[in-house]
Amino acid sequence: MNIDDKLYTLKYSVDTKSHLNPDNEQCRLCESRCCTYICPAGVYEWNEESQSLIVNYENCLECGACRIACERKSIGWQYPKGTKGVTFKQG
Amino acid sequence: MNKTENKTEVIVVGAGPAGIACAITLAKAGKEVVLIERGLFAGSKNVFGGAIYTQAVKEVFPDFEKNAPLERRNIEHNYLILGEKDSTNISYRKSDNSSYSIVRAKFDRWMAEEARNAGVYIVEETVVRELIKDKNKVIGVRTELEEYYADIVVLADGVNSLLAKQIGLRKNIDTKDVALSVKEVVKLDKDTINQRFHLKDDEGSIVEIFGGPMLGMLGLGFMYTNEDCITIGLGVTLNELVEANYRPFEMLERLKQHPSIAPLVEGGTLKEYSAHLIPEGGYKKIPKLVDNGVMIVGDAAMLVNNLHWEGTNLAMISGKLAAETAIEALDCGDFSKKSLSAYPKRLQKSFVLKDMKTYKDLFDVMHQRKRAFLSYYLKKVNAFFEMFTSSDCVPKKDHYHKFIKSIFTDRKISELFKDVWAIVRLLWSILL
Ligand SMILES: Cc1cc2nc3c(=O)[nH]c(=O)nc-3n(C[C@H](O)[C@H](O)[C@H](O)COP(=O)(O)OP(=O)(O)OC[C@H]3O[C@@H](n4cnc5c(N)ncnc54)[C@H](O)[C@@H]3O)c2cc1C
Ligand code: SF4
Ligand code: SF4
Repeated sequence: MNIDDKLYTLKYSVDTKSHLNPDNEQCRLCESRCCTYICPAGVYEWNEESQSLIVNYENCLECGACRIACERKSIGWQYPKGTKGVTFKQG
Repeated sequence: MNKTENKTEVIVVGAGPAGIACAITLAKAGKEVVLIERGLFAGSKNVFGGAIYTQAVKEVFPDFEKNAPLERRNIEHNYLILGEKDSTNISYRKSDNSSYSIVRAKFDRWMAEEARNAGVYIVEETVVRELIKDKNKVIGVRTELEEYYADIVVLADGVNSLLAKQIGLRKNIDTKDVALSVKEVVKLDKDTINQRFHLKDDEGSIVEIFGGPMLGMLGLGFMYTNEDCITIGLGVTLNELVEANYRPFEMLERLKQHPSIAPLVEGGTLKEYSAHLIPEGGYKKIPKLVDNGVMIVGDAAMLVNNLHWEGTNLAMISGKLAAETAIEALDCGDFSKKSLSAYPKRLQKSFVLKDMKTYKDLFDVMHQRKRAFLSYYLKKVNAFFEMFTSSDCVPKKDHYHKFIKSIFTDRKISELFKDVWAIVRLLWSILL
């Protein structure tokens, strides 16, 4: 089962603005780009062409792992607004 | 600015077990409490294994067994060591239980409702963005829309605790000090679960999983039985994931495909996928717990006993002890750090800090010796049983000799000494 099928089981209320804001200057210099694999929701993807990080913030599970793991400690990381983000029905 | 309008006696941030236990204890003592939660309802952002522990819950909700939404009462504990294709299971069964499986989105919500009935004012769908300070005392919180003021603010905002960080009580979290956990809730009918886990009626089973896709890493897997679904997940220390270049959900897929696990989840449908961090720093990483006008409880204070999968109980008891301290402070009108430091003292006397202290060296030793204890010896357990159960016309003595010899040829003598020394050191620190 791939990650999209997993995320499909969740209820989200999506904000129009991202609550995750990596600093792309730092991402360009980053060696590991570890956010692109440790994220449990596959939120981050590296775009070779535009040399920038794609942030699928609408899939975020709000765990906080990327904030701590980021090689350059350069993700502007906030919880989504109170009415937004993921809702777990099981948890 | 009128500071009296939105002013209460205590603000608790975060409606998980720690925050709710704190708020309801205060309300029952007649204090004014506002509990602020960012989720749609209490529990809607929370994820765990898991099991709640009867004794700790009773300390806050004496009659919960009659009223709370419980799934199953756990009567069996399994320790499952996975090899490549094989596994060894140690199972302990006892009919009277000390824990229940629950669903956080239901149970936390129930606890919050009990708190509301006891007089707690709950504000949901509201994120506290900042703490407000006056000179060097915390005097309130700033949400997206409003400011609320209080004599005391209790931070029960969970493992990430951005608020404790903001006021300098907590340092940046190291990737070594948290585990990232992914989990799935898999729907199966009740009879199938009972058959597969050898249960009847509302009996439940817990499985702790070592090795498998986590082999050689500081990571554990888990399974719990709910009424008509099972949960399966794993948690791995974040620095290990970063180093290994692993995607956590792919590890979970591998776990589910292991020949000893696959038959347990077979035919189930995925009900929900989720992820959450677990504090793993242990005793040495507990932050400063109090400052003027503020206390930290639960995961925000890193109070988790990882070896035993205990967190909700430490959260609830720490919340309760913080509330007892707040009650005294309110009665004498002293909210200084000195007055609130009765809270860490209470924690020291309870099982919470005593247990944290017992395992203070566990993670250091495990980080140092993980290749030995979480890879080599786990494999050796399965290898032993493979040898012991085989019947291949080779004399048993030859098997034994070969097995014992392998321990000395697989590893350098110096490494073996280090392993023994690590165990002695660990046992020493746990028992003395
Ligand atoms: C995978 C996994 C398995 C586990 N298994 C078990 C188990 O089997 N048994 C056990 O006892 N423990 C287990 N634990 C640990 C346990 O879940 C935690 O220790 C426990 O939930 C901590 O309670 P808490 O109230 O401190 O924090 P949480 O339960 O995390 O609650 C924090 C609350 O604060 C809210 N919040 C955060 N920031 C803000 C803000 N700025 N403004 C407003 N609200 C905010 C959150 O939405 C949340 O509701 C497990 C943990 C994980 C991740
Ligand atoms: S790890 Fe941090 S710096 Fe590196 S790509 Fe990801 S967000 Fe950018
Ligand atoms: S908070 Fe968790 S789920 Fe969200 S982007 Fe970061 S790692 Fe991914």
